[in-house]
Amino acid sequence: MTILANILIIFFISLGVLFLVVAAIGLFRLPDLYTRAHAASKSATLGVMSILLGVFFHFWLMENHFNPTILLGVLFLFITGPVGGHIMSRSSYIAGVKPWAGTVRDDLKPEIERMKKEQNIK
Amino acid sequence: MTTFIWVAIIIIVLSIVGLVYRLVKGPTPSDRVVALDAIGVALICLVGLFSIIVDTSFFLDIILLLAILSFIGTIAFSKYIEKGDIITRDNSR
Repeated sequence: MTILANILIIFFISLGVLFLVVAAIGLFRLPDLYTRAHAASKSATLGVMSILLGVFFHFWLMENHFNPTILLGVLFLFITGPVGGHIMSRSSYIAGVKPWAGTVRDDLKPEIERMKKEQNIK
Repeated sequence: MTTFIWVAIIIIVLSIVGLVYRLVKGPTPSDRVVALDAIGVALICLVGLFSIIVDTSFFLDIILLLAILSFIGTIAFSKYIEKGDIITRDNSR
C-alpha cells in the first residue's frame, strides 16, 4: 500500500515538474508576447495543479492528514490562471504590442477599430 | 523519496532561472508581467515541495495566499497597462 502511494505521489510530482520545465522553455524560446502568454498560462497552471495534487496525496496517505486548503488552492489556480493570461494579453493588445511578423490573420483588429469608432461617435 | 523531492526542487529552481532571463530581457512590460506570474506559480510549487521535506503542514496556507496575491498583481498590472490607472474614477456621480 505504501509502494502504491509512493508511485502515485512520484507520478504526480514528476508530471508537474515536466510541465513547469516546458513552460520555462516556452517563455525562453517563443518569439512573441502572445505565444509566451499561451505557454505560461496553460502549461504552468497544469504543472502547479499536478504538483499540489502530489503534495495533497503525500499528506493524506503518508501522514493521515486530510488538508482541504491544498484542494482549495488547486481550484483557485484552475480558475484564475487562464483568466490572468487572457486579461494580460488582451490589455497588451489594446496598449499596442505588435504580434509576431509571421502571423497570418488577426481577427481582433477590426473589432478593436469598430469599438474605437463607436466610442468616438458617442 | 527525499532525494526525489530534492531533485524536483533543483529542476524547478533551474526553470526559475530561465524565467528570470525573460524577466530581465523581455522587450515589453507585458512580457515581464507574464514572467512574474510564472515565477509566482513556480514559487507555489517550491513551497509545497519544501513542506514535504521539512515534514510540517504549517506552510500549506502560504500556497493559497501566494495564489491570491499573484492573481491580484497580474490583474492590477494589466489594468495599468491598458488604461494608465488602476482604480478608475466614477464620473457618473
